Amino acid sequence: MKRHALSTRLWHWLNLLCVVTLFMSGLTISNAHPRLYWGDWGFDASQAWLIVPRFPDWMTIPGYYSLSVARDWHILMAWPFALGLLFMWAAMLINRHFKRDIVTARREWRPSAIRRDIVEHLKLNFDHQGAKYNFLQKLAYGLVLGVFLPMMVFTGISISPGMEPTFGWLVDLLGGRQSARTLHFLFAFATAAFFVVHVVLVILAGPIRQIRDMITGGREV
Amino acid sequence: MKRRNFLVAAGAAFVAGCNRIAETDAGKAVLNAAESWHKSAHRLLVDREALAPEYPKSAISPFFRGNGSTDPQNGDYPRHVEEGFANWRLEVGGLVANPLSLSLENIRRLPQRTQITRHDCVEGWSAIGEWTGPQLSVLLDAARLSEDARFIVFRCADNLSGADYYESVDLIDAYHPQTIVAHTLNGEPLPIRNGAPLRMRIERQLGYKHAKYLTAVEAVASLDGIGDGQGGYWEDRAGYQWYAGI
Repeated sequence: MKRHALSTRLWHWLNLLCVVTLFMSGLTISNAHPRLYWGDWGFDASQAWLIVPRFPDWMTIPGYYSLSVARDWHILMAWPFALGLLFMWAAMLINRHFKRDIVTARREWRPSAIRRDIVEHLKLNFDHQGAKYNFLQKLAYGLVLGVFLPMMVFTGISISPGMEPTFGWLVDLLGGRQSARTLHFLFAFATAAFFVVHVVLVILAGPIRQIRDMITGGREV
Repeated sequence: MKRRNFLVAAGAAFVAGCNRIAETDAGKAVLNAAESWHKSAHRLLVDREALAPEYPKSAISPFFRGNGSTDPQNGDYPRHVEEGFANWRLEVGGLVANPLSLSLENIRRLPQRTQITRHDCVEGWSAIGEWTGPQLSVLLDAARLSEDARFIVFRCADNLSGADYYESVDLIDAYHPQTIVAHTLNGEPLPIRNGAPLRMRIERQLGYKHAKYLTAVEAVASLDGIGDGQGGYWEDRAGYQWYAGI
């Protein structure tokens, strides 16, 4: 059996492309109105809970300020992103990747076990006996797959006025349209933070083997 | 720092790649197709009559922001302001059997709809206001819309950076119950910054569809030949999406 299933590998690289495009075009959209509000409405700096800094052109899609072009990319990549996530969830429920590798056991939540895991991470010891992932990995992958990425889809639907007649309950659940927009940005940055930590840990854990295995599948250890 | 340089270079290469794709005909076609997939999905998931949320009076924003033109100075508009819009006319024409020319008084005498709705700008901000006016469907029915009509074009008095503002919607949004020709905001005649004396409310789409300073409603079979053919001022000028429900 391969270390990474074909479905996981396909989704991983497709999702990378989607998340990078969505994030970078999202930074242009942030630049269009770099203020975040709570509740249903907000338009003025005095109502904002956060003034977001302007993101430089080299970080944004396109590499200059154009809200319409940024929206074109955002609107396009939303499709493979959302459908890909649905595919990954179906695949990992069917091939039991979720149950086998990501679901945590109660004993892993004991403070002493968590402490031990953190210490091993700090020692850069990534050797975990038996299980494919250690506790912090399971937690990170679980949060990204189960919370951050789905919340990007749900908050994205909520800020589309054309969807609201059907999904008004979702907008209400999220605390109103401006709250949903705030959450959209917060989960985007949470996803970006995961991305940075993920890349750093891959580099520390042997990037060539890690990247090769995510392409070829590798061999079960 | 080297790592930062690498990141900048990788980002720049990715952006350059995206830009190159966006410039090809195939790239443009895919980007446009994605917009129509969203529209189709919305039309599939949302009933054509389904209403945008309406709010209680207590939810109204203390001030209603204006964007784009907020004080037009071109053509006859300043004169109309001086006259208190007493001579303003709204033409209903194009592919109709019975063209209309309505004064503000005519419009106020039609059956009215009042709705407290949220206005979402493409930039990201929102404001809530109470709008009153006749449903566009009432005007279109009175003018007896032709079967050939596919789109309704909204003509505006404001000229922004050298081009006349205009917008358009399909018949689903034109006949939507919340699509009204508003003359009143929060119980007062529309302020100039919000489109006095008349503006459209297209409640299931973003703010740039809600044409202000409305002078005419025109039924057409195609958007070709109107403006630059993209269906609206911002669509022509900056490539904004014609379907603004996303």
